[in-house]
Amino acid sequence: MALSGVEIFKHLPKTNCKKCGHPTCLAFAMKLAAKQATLDACPDASEEAKAFLGAASEPPIKGITIGAGDKALKVGEETVLFRHEKKFVNPCGFALLIKDTDADVEAKAKAVADSEIERVGQRLRVELIAVENASGDAGKFADAVKKAVSAAPNAGVILKSSNKAALEAALPALSGRKPLIDGATADNADEMVALAKASGASLVVRALGLDALLALTEKITAGGFKDIVLDSGARKPKDMIEQYTQIRRASLKKGFKPLGFPIISFAVNSNPFVEQAQAAVAIAKYASIVVLSDISSWKTLGLIALRQNLYTDPQVPMQVSQNVYKVGDAKENAPLLVTTNFSLTYFIVLGEVENSKVPSWLAVMETEGLSVLTAWAAGKFTAAKIAQYIQESGVESKISHKELIIPGYVAVLSGALEDKLPGWKITVGPREANALPAFLKNKTAAA
Amino acid sequence: MAFVVPKETYNGKVCEVEIGTGPRAVKIGGEAALPFLAFEGPVPNRPAIAYEIQDVPPDDWPQTLQDVYRDVSADPVKWAKYCQDELGAQMIALRLIGTHPDRQNRSAEDAAKTVKDVLAAIDAPLIILGSNNAEKDAQVLKSACDAASGRNCLIGKAQEANYKTVVASAMASGHKLIAMSDLDVNLAKQLNILITQMGFDKDKIVTDPMSSALGYGIEYTYSVMERIRSAALFQNDQTMSPPMVNDVGMYVWKVKETMAPEADQPSWGPVADRGIGWEATTATGFLMAGSDLLIMRHPKAVETVRKMIDELV
Repeated sequence: MALSGVEIFKHLPKTNCKKCGHPTCLAFAMKLAAKQATLDACPDASEEAKAFLGAASEPPIKGITIGAGDKALKVGEETVLFRHEKKFVNPCGFALLIKDTDADVEAKAKAVADSEIERVGQRLRVELIAVENASGDAGKFADAVKKAVSAAPNAGVILKSSNKAALEAALPALSGRKPLIDGATADNADEMVALAKASGASLVVRALGLDALLALTEKITAGGFKDIVLDSGARKPKDMIEQYTQIRRASLKKGFKPLGFPIISFAVNSNPFVEQAQAAVAIAKYASIVVLSDISSWKTLGLIALRQNLYTDPQVPMQVSQNVYKVGDAKENAPLLVTTNFSLTYFIVLGEVENSKVPSWLAVMETEGLSVLTAWAAGKFTAAKIAQYIQESGVESKISHKELIIPGYVAVLSGALEDKLPGWKITVGPREANALPAFLKNKTAAA
Repeated sequence: MAFVVPKETYNGKVCEVEIGTGPRAVKIGGEAALPFLAFEGPVPNRPAIAYEIQDVPPDDWPQTLQDVYRDVSADPVKWAKYCQDELGAQMIALRLIGTHPDRQNRSAEDAAKTVKDVLAAIDAPLIILGSNNAEKDAQVLKSACDAASGRNCLIGKAQEANYKTVVASAMASGHKLIAMSDLDVNLAKQLNILITQMGFDKDKIVTDPMSSALGYGIEYTYSVMERIRSAALFQNDQTMSPPMVNDVGMYVWKVKETMAPEADQPSWGPVADRGIGWEATTATGFLMAGSDLLIMRHPKAVETVRKMIDELV
């Protein structure tokens, strides 16, 4: 939990020596609280103060990294319960469950490797493979892990086994790859921690219910091991939302350390639609890793979109890049519309233009991600700026006419635009995008 | 150390609104806890799902969805009965989309007749929705309210531009009301205040925060809903306490992901599954943000969300 400046001040020398570069210890404490300074700047800080502030500056939910290199997945370090308070920090990871008894281990791993799609300018994918030691056989497990890793070299690996021999057989192939071992229970915790420590892996700690879970994490962290991912055993959506909420609240609002770790959730269901919906619950309600039994592309597309949507920064509008987009088979006589680059504006306008089935050119102008009215009010969607954009966009080489359709909400700009764009006809379009299909159909029918 | 369950203290609760009459009437809202957190407050009613039907054939729906209702969608009465009797619909939402000036521009009288006919055929509670043309809705919903008198319907949507007439109509014939504002907490609050200032009982309002589809702004709706619900529960803000409805289907079934054939988008998988999943995932997202009532279209998506609700309560 974040400390206030006053709480930090109590632990400083209170000499106002200015050696830290701040006029008083209190001013320095305020900077520390705002995370604009670090305690190293104070040469006289006591060991007690360092220990206290060090512990307090640890994130309330520990960050865990699975995998290595630029494809590594980092989860945890979340700071809020509601996304309107502040951006959710590290998007949860998706994992495909593969059993070592599956005949098609390689094909499944390859599906993970090929899962990347592009959405609103981001490359998104299923990041992890979870190989399960369903056979109970160490050799088979090691073999399946090897196959999976070679088919999906960029994926992070979860080793689902509590069998020491099987893990020892599989781990050498994952050297340097920071796998996640799943995992430790009350019965095998010492053995599993030793394995994780030796191999640089993180560890799923599993117990049924939060009382048992925190008893186990306390025992493990007391031994100095902290690379933990939690599984409270919740498999029903009701238990998931209740337990995950309690874990997140306890960590963030009470500063409760024993459960300050990311959560792994198993959204496995034989009905693919229910599995998808259950994964949606996990994404929204605080899981950091969501394990799926199947990653059919229709299913992951939806889950990737939901994760991307919920993890966007609520303070920063999503933007699309400035461009003249071709909708349908637009030719040189196709209508030209202009709008702003707020991603929602773009999506809605694009969707309605597509629905109209009238091939069109859609000029999307950079307005710092503001919607039409807001951009207009902020002086970013003015006649002068639109005119300049249209002239510099190169659209004139794509079309044979000089007619520009502007959003109905900025009808007031039409006169000024005609002045700034000599030779152009400015047409006022509808105010709401949902009227575009009728508008465009009428227009082409009249032409 | 035993785990001390961190519970929130709630000062307010969501209004409970009953829709319909007789044994099939449905209550929504009434919860005094965040979504599905029954360990810290009463959650008396589960979220309800209404099947959307329309007064005219749904030519603009994607083919995979049109096919489901192929045999019934030419007649709203048949369609309503099919949803109630074959699909087990808990509620029906009749959208009078044919009254829109850009569609068939059906008259208010035609709409009233459709409402009467549908109501005569079903006993499930009915939601009556205009075509979302504020001006036309003012007339259409007035006739629809009269035609549905005594059936305790949910009428929508009252918006800033037409709330005076819509509220007056709903009040005159004793219906409940959907109040929709443009995706903004303060506008939602303001509209509720304006409506109650007309003498309309706040316990009869259902808030539509304005929905959006997965991938197309669902996060805005999601956060507006969380903020509305927080205001109701933590601050006991009476003007934010109506239950919330999400008009899911109309936003979902026009985005590319529910329409584009696999041939055009080979990396997206079969469009039939994709569309169902898109609607179910969007609806599940709204459940997480506090939805009390979902208006949906595809039976398989409804079935999925119903299962999810069963497992969430």
